[in-house]
Amino acid sequence: MSGKRTRAPYLMAAPALILFVVFILVPIGYAVWLSLHNMRVRGSGLGIRTEVFVGLENYLEAIQDSALYEAAQRMLAYGLVMVPATMGLALLFALLLDAPRVGGKRASRVTIFLPYAVPGVIASLLWGFIYLPAVSPIGAAFEAIGLDAPDFFGDVSIFFSVANIAVWGSVGFNMVVLYTQLRAIPKELYEAARLDGASEWRIALGVKVPLLRPALTMTSVFTLIGMLQVFSEPATLRPMTNTITQDWVPLMRIYQQAFIDNDIYLGAASSVLLAGATVLLSLGALGVFRARSTRSGR
Amino acid sequence: MRARTKIVPTLILALGGVYAILPLLWVIFASTKSSEELFTTFSGWPSFNGGFTGNLAALNAYGDGRFWWWMLNSLIYAGGGAFLTVVVSAACGYALAKYRFAGQRLIFGALLAGVLVPQITLAIPQYLLLSEMNLVGTYWSVILPSIISPYSIYLCRIYAEAAVPDEVLEAGRVDGAGEFRLLWSVGVPIMTPGLVTVFLLQFIGIWNNFLLPYIMLANDDLFPLTVGLFSLLNRGASQPALYTLVITGSLLSIIPIVALFLFLQRFWRLDLVAGSVKG
Repeated sequence: MSGKRTRAPYLMAAPALILFVVFILVPIGYAVWLSLHNMRVRGSGLGIRTEVFVGLENYLEAIQDSALYEAAQRMLAYGLVMVPATMGLALLFALLLDAPRVGGKRASRVTIFLPYAVPGVIASLLWGFIYLPAVSPIGAAFEAIGLDAPDFFGDVSIFFSVANIAVWGSVGFNMVVLYTQLRAIPKELYEAARLDGASEWRIALGVKVPLLRPALTMTSVFTLIGMLQVFSEPATLRPMTNTITQDWVPLMRIYQQAFIDNDIYLGAASSVLLAGATVLLSLGALGVFRARSTRSGR
Repeated sequence: MRARTKIVPTLILALGGVYAILPLLWVIFASTKSSEELFTTFSGWPSFNGGFTGNLAALNAYGDGRFWWWMLNSLIYAGGGAFLTVVVSAACGYALAKYRFAGQRLIFGALLAGVLVPQITLAIPQYLLLSEMNLVGTYWSVILPSIISPYSIYLCRIYAEAAVPDEVLEAGRVDGAGEFRLLWSVGVPIMTPGLVTVFLLQFIGIWNNFLLPYIMLANDDLFPLTVGLFSLLNRGASQPALYTLVITGSLLSIIPIVALFLFLQRFWRLDLVAGSVKG
């Protein structure tokens, strides 16, 4: 490592830093600024609208916005399905890939990873058509054996239908990340247990899962962030069903506030709240994992 | 004792593969059907009555080949954006890993915090700022915000730290090589596998991005595939005849990225994503 005083590192980092300031720092500052302002008519008669400081008014409005509140509830219901299903399946598949005497690993790994390359909008189109009563192959199969076609757009089933699209798209990526970590674990750590006759199941839960903790933390946090920012799946399904409203999840509500109702100030306040929730949740998740690994006596 | 394949675990894994592949098979089958067939025949099996060529012709004809512009636009956004991300992130990551300088920790901390900021929080002010610069509705409005990727910089930093040996850099300095020359002729070649990973992650990220182009662009001709097909579906909600166009378009839009993905698979360094690298 170079200890010499040189301008080189600053010059190398400069393009990234300039872009970081222009497209991340300034927008964050601007979002906060917007969230504290609003348009007001100044004076009487002429009605000239000017931007004025309104303090926390927008935040009060955002917190009391029942549409945003309901959107957040729907997002949580969706996340309650999506996050455990994604993480559970990814961990299960990764452990199976790492277990001895399992066939067809290469083919399964590539196939399960494949949906990651499919854009969320396209994945939603595909699944949307598979759900859509008029063309659904699943509905047709049910009817062929004399059953009623399942309703994928029902009040409750919709959460599973939307979550399924996200799970389909993200299990593979998380699986590969976890699997890559599993392969980095030295075999000696569980070879002895295996010789003693411990089952693969016990080795997986007792040795491998605890050692996977850093990778599990990383993937869980990313999955949680994905939950908070869910947008393209429900937005794409919307033309296909009335169950999904224009403000179905928080991002859709924020989009509506800012770009359809043209209240950019309220939209900014809501989005700052969402950013705050993301940061808190991520730090919280990291904290929980860290606490657990200290307790288990690293 | 010979190692025999265990049936249940193999089956579970295979089921996962089936789950992953079924929607892709469905879209292939559905694209072989004409509009009438789509609603009258079982969509879990292909038709062979020239439906696919008919759909392709209809898609070509839509808006004078607008679909192919969307495809080209996606390539420009994802290819150009990911390339610029790699250039910018490699230099920054290398600087953070291989030098000690004032403000280093602050910069790295700020970048890490940047990973957590949701896109919509940035999108509203980015839209307003870019419209001040008269860039909204241009290619730049999608490419410029896509270049900066704190996560890519983070990945480049851990890769440079693990892979680029200080001794080689010191030896180069003794021989009188400048710092930028060292970055270019020592750092970049060694970091290439990591940079390919960053490129691919970013390419897929931009190709799949919906919210940013959806907010920035109003002109059909500049849409990437995601926004284009979304707008087509929205128009088709009242006209089921457009469904076959959306289905065929979805299939065609998946092909290039899946091909790229399968082809470059061996170059991935996903241990990087999990946060650990062995040189």
